[in-house]
Amino acid sequence: MRLITHNMLKCHVKNCTDPDKQFPLRFKDVQLEQIDAERNDEFLVRMLPRIDWPALSKTTKELDIILPETVPGNPENDEEFLQALHTAILETHIKQGSMLCDGCGHEYKITNGIPNMLLAEHEI
Amino acid sequence: MSRPEHIAPPELFYNDTEAKKYTSNSRIAAIQAEMTLRAVELLSLGDDGPYYLLDIGCGSGLSGEILDEDGHIWAGMDIAPSMLDIAADKDVEGDLFLQDIGQGMGFRPGTFDGAISISVLQWLCNADKKENKPRYRLQRFFSTLFMSLQRGARAIFQFYPENDLQIEMIMGIAMKCGFTGGLVADYPNSKKARKFYLCLFAGQAAPGQKQDLPKGLGSEEADNGIAYTDARIQTQRRGKTSRKSVKDTASWILHKKELSRKRGKEGVPLDSKYTGRKRKPKF
Repeated sequence: MRLITHNMLKCHVKNCTDPDKQFPLRFKDVQLEQIDAERNDEFLVRMLPRIDWPALSKTTKELDIILPETVPGNPENDEEFLQALHTAILETHIKQGSMLCDGCGHEYKITNGIPNMLLAEHEI
Repeated sequence: MSRPEHIAPPELFYNDTEAKKYTSNSRIAAIQAEMTLRAVELLSLGDDGPYYLLDIGCGSGLSGEILDEDGHIWAGMDIAPSMLDIAADKDVEGDLFLQDIGQGMGFRPGTFDGAISISVLQWLCNADKKENKPRYRLQRFFSTLFMSLQRGARAIFQFYPENDLQIEMIMGIAMKCGFTGGLVADYPNSKKARKFYLCLFAGQAAPGQKQDLPKGLGSEEADNGIAYTDARIQTQRRGKTSRKSVKDTASWILHKKELSRKRGKEGVPLDSKYTGRKRKPKF
């Protein structure tokens, strides 16, 4: 799973609705893998408003990935910024580990790059 | 052949053997690819480069590979671990999730530019476990999906409806969750080629921008009027009646003349090469 999708994930357990807690999901004991991908600046610029930057910043810090604190004023022309963004969200894959929800405590395990999002009966 | 969703829940039906069979079957792969291309066409995405899409029930990645080819960034979910393992082995570029869509989506509002789903929705209508209630699951699915789509984005579902009642239930719940749209049928008159696509619109991109339901393929042919071939109906000639009846053959004539001579009749003509010969019409 790439970081771009992780930035879109929130906990979908019933009654876990506190927006500050259910997102972003906190990583635990993760193994990363870098896989090269083709860069598309149009896509990156289009996705920028959708990405929650504080959450991405928090997550990348946890994983020791370098990313600027704030989005620059003119991102379309900032080559360095786009490259850093591309590497962080589209080339960084989480292979093993788990994600924790601070709101309800549910742990989503990740195996072979595939997170397990199945909920228990009382969480539906 | 009974419907797969009546045999077992999807995570059990698509075990390792079945998953492998499904993926390596070239006929199934070809049909899935064709339906994926049609679904992407119905999404009516713009030309501004790759989009962020959701593949609902991505399975072993047959549909995901098509999205990869078009350069889209996508995430997909499926409930069958065996199918997802095959997708992972195939190194599809999308992000895979082991998830039960009846439990709802877990994405922030406005995440995706569009969603496709190939051959999945009919699985959601079954009550596999005792605690499953199909209507509740459908409601949870559609309401969370609606939120996870950008305003004006579409969700295209190719599925195999069991009957009209099922279609009504699905569409009713989808509308209640805020979706507009309808059912598009390709080749509606052909039992074999017929395919159903549920096209749902998540609101409008801009106020007043009404979305039109796409037209189904093969629906331009006139379906009123009887198919008629202008060929003369030939009466069937049965073998026996076409031939001359036994009564008039030369051998029968000779036999009757012989009988007459034996009975002592006088004046029976002599037999010659002209006996029983076909006469010309003027006779």
